[in-house]
Amino acid sequence: MSKVIIIDDEFLARSMVKEYLKKHPQLEVVAECGDGFEGLKAIQEHQPDLIFLDIQMPKISGFEMLELVENPPAVIFATAFDEYAIKAFEAHAIDYLLKPFDQERFDKAVSKFLASNLPVAAEHTKELLNDAQLPGSNNRIVVKNGSKIKIIPVQEVLYLEAADDFVKIFTKEGYYLKNKTMSFFESFLPADMFVRSHRSFIVNIQEITRIDPYEKDGHVAILKNGAKINVSRNGYGKLKGVLGL
Amino acid sequence: MASPLSAKRIIASLIIGWVVLVCAQALILYDLKFPISIVLGDSLLSITMLLLASLLVLNITRYYLPTSYQYIGIIASSSVLSLLWLLISNTCLKILFEEQTAYLGFLHNSLVIRYAFAFLVLTIVTIASILWYNWLERKKEFKRKADVEALSREAELFKLRQQLQPHFLFNSLNSINALIGLDPQLARKMVQQLSDFLRGTLKKEESQMVTLEEEIGYLNLYLEIEKVRFGNRLQTKIDISEGCKPALLPTLLLQPIVENAIKFGLYDTTGQTLITIDCRSEGNELIISVKNPFDPETSMPKKGTGFGLSSIKRRLYLLFARNDLLSTAAHDTIFETTVKIPQQV
Repeated sequence: MSKVIIIDDEFLARSMVKEYLKKHPQLEVVAECGDGFEGLKAIQEHQPDLIFLDIQMPKISGFEMLELVENPPAVIFATAFDEYAIKAFEAHAIDYLLKPFDQERFDKAVSKFLASNLPVAAEHTKELLNDAQLPGSNNRIVVKNGSKIKIIPVQEVLYLEAADDFVKIFTKEGYYLKNKTMSFFESFLPADMFVRSHRSFIVNIQEITRIDPYEKDGHVAILKNGAKINVSRNGYGKLKGVLGL
Repeated sequence: MASPLSAKRIIASLIIGWVVLVCAQALILYDLKFPISIVLGDSLLSITMLLLASLLVLNITRYYLPTSYQYIGIIASSSVLSLLWLLISNTCLKILFEEQTAYLGFLHNSLVIRYAFAFLVLTIVTIASILWYNWLERKKEFKRKADVEALSREAELFKLRQQLQPHFLFNSLNSINALIGLDPQLARKMVQQLSDFLRGTLKKEESQMVTLEEEIGYLNLYLEIEKVRFGNRLQTKIDISEGCKPALLPTLLLQPIVENAIKFGLYDTTGQTLITIDCRSEGNELIISVKNPFDPETSMPKKGTGFGLSSIKRRLYLLFARNDLLSTAAHDTIFETTVKIPQQV
């Protein structure tokens, strides 16, 4: 018996999945959620084996929700996103269903799930979140602060600093941790606003007040709030380009 | 190549020129006390020959239009043609009036003047016809460009209007798919509404104007479908002030604006979303404002226009050549999109 959660903001879309699931008694629906917040709670509570996930949902998208799940389960996306956008994560999800879909197509996705090795499928979900260039907004970062979910508009991000397996996202209120890589953020954040100034730093160029020389052929950027950001030689070149020096 | 009107005009001016020149030459010869036969014979023959030479020039420039104004070419062709004209007309006149020794002497003495005169006339005709055909070419080119522009404008408008559709369409089909099992009656109704909506998008021309009443009717079709999808999460309120209903606006303008408001409203809040649509007249403009709730903490509507509205702005620009018709404002937790439609008086 596998536990399943359906997360979709449209009631009819959820009932559709439920109806198709009637043919698969080995899958039990433990929760139905109308948005990512509920979804996150339900995932933590039930630890499901599989989720059916819509992408476009209120407040936070399906991806943003997945990013906040500590041990993401296997995922089957059910979305009206066009095929082109969804191809990007074809390799990582168990399957994706393009709305509208029929029972036959649905059964195929379910049998893929049943045939897959669960820990491997869950691992795939993690890879998906790390590697794939996911469609969606790059103008905010969703973080979890204790049990609360915070949405940070990118213009409020001062800088990011690598910290082992995490990235520290600094804002005026302090920093938030997110389990992502620096290179993910480097490609995710708008290139005209953020520059990777150093292996361990990405800086919001609007926050820079000045750049001072530091040790031999290094520099340091001083931000409006006084923070000092390391700037490598390569990073200095990039900063000069973006700032038009 | 040339339009009938322009061809007629050319012929008319040639005839007028011919009459004027025949009269002028006849008057001069008459003044010099030549007999009437010589007066008429000489002037008719020389000027008619000149007319033929002019027609030749016109025909040449019509099919071979110099790309740039080559003065040397014009002068050379005119002098050759004048020489030819002089040779022929002189020979004819000599044969015609063999016995008139006084006249033959005069003819001989006036060769240079005749040549200069013919050269002048033919040069003027050549230049005029070059200018004329160039102008025609340019007019044609201009029209072609205008046609291309209109075509691409229409295509761009079409594309702009199509942009917001597919997501809505597929989600609606998905809802219908679910309803077929749950509530076949409602499924049938939704198929009907969706068909009416799609038919509306298909048959309308991009630049066509419709009355506000029609547009609102169309918008309601769309809203009904969205309400089935989102259930009671979506609430709408439409206010139309008296006298606005016959006002004209570009077809299918409101639906994408409302679609944008719904997306923005529904995806930015987890509870119920109220979308209000207000229509009123102010001066010479129809003003429609669409309001949706938003969360100022999590979404920062960009300056100028919110997301998804730039294509509507572009469409309004293409239709009215104005950039100030669409504006957005955020008050507290309400996001307002206002569109102004100038009314023709």
